[in-house]
Amino acid sequence: MTEITPPQARLPRIAVLGAGHVGPVIARVAKAAGYQVSIAASGDPELIELIVQALAPGIEPRWATAAVEEADLVVLAIPLHTFTKLDPSLLDGKLVVDTMNYWPPVDGSQEMFEDRRFGSSEIVQRRLVRSTVVKTLNHIGYHELDDERRPKGSLDRRALGVAGDDPHAVDVVADLIERIGYDAVRLDRLSAGRLLEPGGPVFGVALPSSAFELAVRAEAA
Amino acid sequence: MTTRPASAALTQFPLTFGLDTFGDVTHDEDDRPLSHAQTIRNLVEQGVLADQVGVDFFGIGEHHTADFPLSAGDVVLGAIAARTARIHLGSAVTVLSSDDPVRVFQRYSTLNAISSGRAEVILGRGSSVDSFPLFGYDLADYEELFEEKAELFAELMKGGPVTWEGKTRAPLYHQDVVPHTEFGPFPVWIGVGGSPQSVIRAARLGFSLMLAIIGGSPVRFAPFSHLFLQALERFGRPPAPVGVHAPGHVAVTNEQAREEFWPHYQEVIRSVSKTRGFAVPTKESFLREVGPEGALYVGSPETVAQKIAANLTALGASRFDLKYGMGGLSHQALMTAIELYGIQVVPRVRELLAEA
Repeated sequence: MTEITPPQARLPRIAVLGAGHVGPVIARVAKAAGYQVSIAASGDPELIELIVQALAPGIEPRWATAAVEEADLVVLAIPLHTFTKLDPSLLDGKLVVDTMNYWPPVDGSQEMFEDRRFGSSEIVQRRLVRSTVVKTLNHIGYHELDDERRPKGSLDRRALGVAGDDPHAVDVVADLIERIGYDAVRLDRLSAGRLLEPGGPVFGVALPSSAFELAVRAEAA
Repeated sequence: MTTRPASAALTQFPLTFGLDTFGDVTHDEDDRPLSHAQTIRNLVEQGVLADQVGVDFFGIGEHHTADFPLSAGDVVLGAIAARTARIHLGSAVTVLSSDDPVRVFQRYSTLNAISSGRAEVILGRGSSVDSFPLFGYDLADYEELFEEKAELFAELMKGGPVTWEGKTRAPLYHQDVVPHTEFGPFPVWIGVGGSPQSVIRAARLGFSLMLAIIGGSPVRFAPFSHLFLQALERFGRPPAPVGVHAPGHVAVTNEQAREEFWPHYQEVIRSVSKTRGFAVPTKESFLREVGPEGALYVGSPETVAQKIAANLTALGASRFDLKYGMGGLSHQALMTAIELYGIQVVPRVRELLAEA
């Protein structure tokens, strides 16, 4: 990406939690977009060293507490059933990007997420009372996230939804999405994140921003 | 990052080519679905033909649905074993998480006996999830189930009496598990869809790595091959082969292959997406997957051979298993695809890789 962006305030530091299918890919594309990134799993960083070297080279594996402490923005890329075991206080005061999905046919059902009045990210937010949750990156395949990046203005640049209640937090995350290589479509409520979930109109669908907006607005109407 | 090319793995192991099936229900000439029983009898014929046309491996993926009635693939493999002398036979995959490793060992060790050492097993964690509720397992536990059971399976493969204790099965104390294998352990692979932890696990247990690449660019899996080689080294294991499992269909021409495959592919994915919630493919996305950068091997023998050769090289893999068939295709179309794969595609890939 050769686009020249005006100089501005330091980019937020990112900690990616999770070294499975999704975490290393997000860490890699965020680093490529110019962010300072660390990655952590549930235990000793030594355990994920080989994975990170191979899939997200140049990024340092850390203990989760250390990675989160030094980060402005924490990406949750762990299986949702692991989330229920995560200590919420770890994420106090942080901007949290929730990339997880509640997907019972694939991952099994979980009582905490069975209340279908709420989207999974709303339930995540209720558990992370002292964090600000923004939902995105849950509706693009981890295998597509790297390949489908395009510079701003490309005709085939794909859109991703960014849903949250806090407008400033949504801006920060939308900026991340744009810098990674996607058009960000803002949804100004975390509850609208339900439109991004499995079975929703944009889950796993590659759409340019105009069609993406039409799809989510049509469903919301 | 290592500087070792992924293709280093390619040179160490003989190239082998397989066909995998999920036992998709085939249709007759009037497009009516055949019975499960007839589908299974046809499958035996397909396995026998695969042997006759020189294919190295025939694998059956465990499924438990009306569209894929192959819940006991090892029985079918036994029937094929009795009518063949050369082809290797195995699962693709065994959903180990919802099975008993002792039973899996017993069944495949028996197949190995029937076939005089031609059994293989590809262990999977559960991309096909219908077996979990059927056998009373919670999908949320699949990681722990697979971890423990894969470890026990590795113990069983060592051949001696087994002592093992875990949470997912009754403990074993100096248990002799029979039948004993005749010529040492048979090949065991772990099927990996995209989880780097599964790659590490395969290396740690000393199993081979089968990359299941069913969507998107195959080349993006190259780091997984590197990871596997490095992890083998880290765990002090000898080198082990990397394989690729991918869906496709071979016909005489590109056009014919696409026309036969596309409507059934669309229909099958549409039906799966209802329960799984993912996107239904469009003609455009299908053609992208069929193209050189996509995951589907659909086309003439030359098109499919070129793509296999390119991706084996890029991924440092020595084994390619084509998942042939798609619900609704006819038995005859599948027999033609098997014949073209064995007689034209495989020799052409060997030729292309010998030139390289």
